[in-house]
Amino acid sequence: MLNVGKIDEGFVLDHIPAGMSLDIYKYLHLDKLDCTVAIIKNAKSNKLGKKDILKVECSVDVLDLDVLAVLNQGITVNVIKDSVIVEKKALELPKQIRGVIKCKNPRCITSIEQELPHIFTLTDTDKKVYRCIYCEEKFNGKWS
Amino acid sequence: MRHLMRPLDFSVEELNALFDLAKDIEFNRAKYAHACDGKILATCFYEPSTRTRLSFESAMLSLGGQVLGFASASSSSAAKGESVSDTIRTVSCFADICAMRHPKEGAPMVAAAKSKIPVINAGDGGHQHPTQTLTDLLTIRSLKGRLDNFTIGFCGDLKFGRTVHSLIHALVRYENINFVFISPDELKVPDYIIDELKEHNIPYEEVISLEEHIGELDLLYMTRVQRERFFNEEDYVRLKDFYILDKKKMEKAKEDMLVLHPLPRVNEISVEIDDDPRAVYFDQVQYGKYVRMALILTLLDIKVD
Repeated sequence: MLNVGKIDEGFVLDHIPAGMSLDIYKYLHLDKLDCTVAIIKNAKSNKLGKKDILKVECSVDVLDLDVLAVLNQGITVNVIKDSVIVEKKALELPKQIRGVIKCKNPRCITSIEQELPHIFTLTDTDKKVYRCIYCEEKFNGKWS
Repeated sequence: MRHLMRPLDFSVEELNALFDLAKDIEFNRAKYAHACDGKILATCFYEPSTRTRLSFESAMLSLGGQVLGFASASSSSAAKGESVSDTIRTVSCFADICAMRHPKEGAPMVAAAKSKIPVINAGDGGHQHPTQTLTDLLTIRSLKGRLDNFTIGFCGDLKFGRTVHSLIHALVRYENINFVFISPDELKVPDYIIDELKEHNIPYEEVISLEEHIGELDLLYMTRVQRERFFNEEDYVRLKDFYILDKKKMEKAKEDMLVLHPLPRVNEISVEIDDDPRAVYFDQVQYGKYVRMALILTLLDIKVD
């Protein structure tokens, strides 16, 4: 059994569907943070069978985690301070996603002007529909 | 300062005011002949267009203003890699208002965000073409006398046809409009538009045969299958002649049904029906100029007594 130690301050992202942790690592831009990150893959889970877990040791204000809701609303977020869970954060669909997902429409202006930020807005909360603010193309759920 | 990016940028009341102004221009041309003296319209066209660009230029010239601009990306700094944002910042120094056409969707919106002058979306890829919509609405209002209570058929390329998308968006705000979408499976209306109709409980049908449904229609909006929207020439050739409106089909249409078309036509409307009084696509062109004159005055906030 693999043991990963406790963190003093940061997040534990639990119940990540197995195999999705590296995607989350990428979309939260964790590679750009100078902090300790533990990626646990294929941990046993009563609920999911197998799951991934991410532990991120950083200030709790650093990350915007709502984008996780777009990926999978089943992910649970535990906020840790002084080595104890101080909050189980509920994920809400963000009104806008900026610089995380890319518009795949080859006719979109973002396909030729590289410096433009890729921005999607939530146009249908029930169906979790996000559309590119420029061309209104629907985000197709494919993150890469 | 206001821009026009989408047909819904104007409320129904604002559109009514715009159409009233266009009507006044139609019947009192001399009154508006110097309304834009000293003003300059920039036409920034990154892809070829005859009708829209000339319509904008004619509209500004008829208001007493002047025009400058470019008619293709190759004759602008875009050929050197200049961004739309930088181009509009430059154009803002030379003109009072800009009409922009761009093959990439959302480009005029990017321009508007950085512009110091009103920007009019004159067509962005397969996305929106609001001034064509204003033209279509003015044509329908002028010739039908109303913008509600009718069944409208859209026929042809409903997937890439931006004029279709824009007109549907505009018409959903009026009462009791029934939509009949007539297209081959490959060129059906995009899902986001269908979602919007469902959301507002607006009746629509998606069918393939024009002949079987033409008799139900009060208005028929024909479109061209556009070569420039296809990545694959083979698909274009297969679909371009799918619908041809001719005398035989028109015999099944109501006597007061109107045929609209954003033009240019290729062969989807046979020339044999051009003299049919129900064929109003060339009247549309004239209304297009009046509505662009009204739009320029409105965005420049120029009142004529």
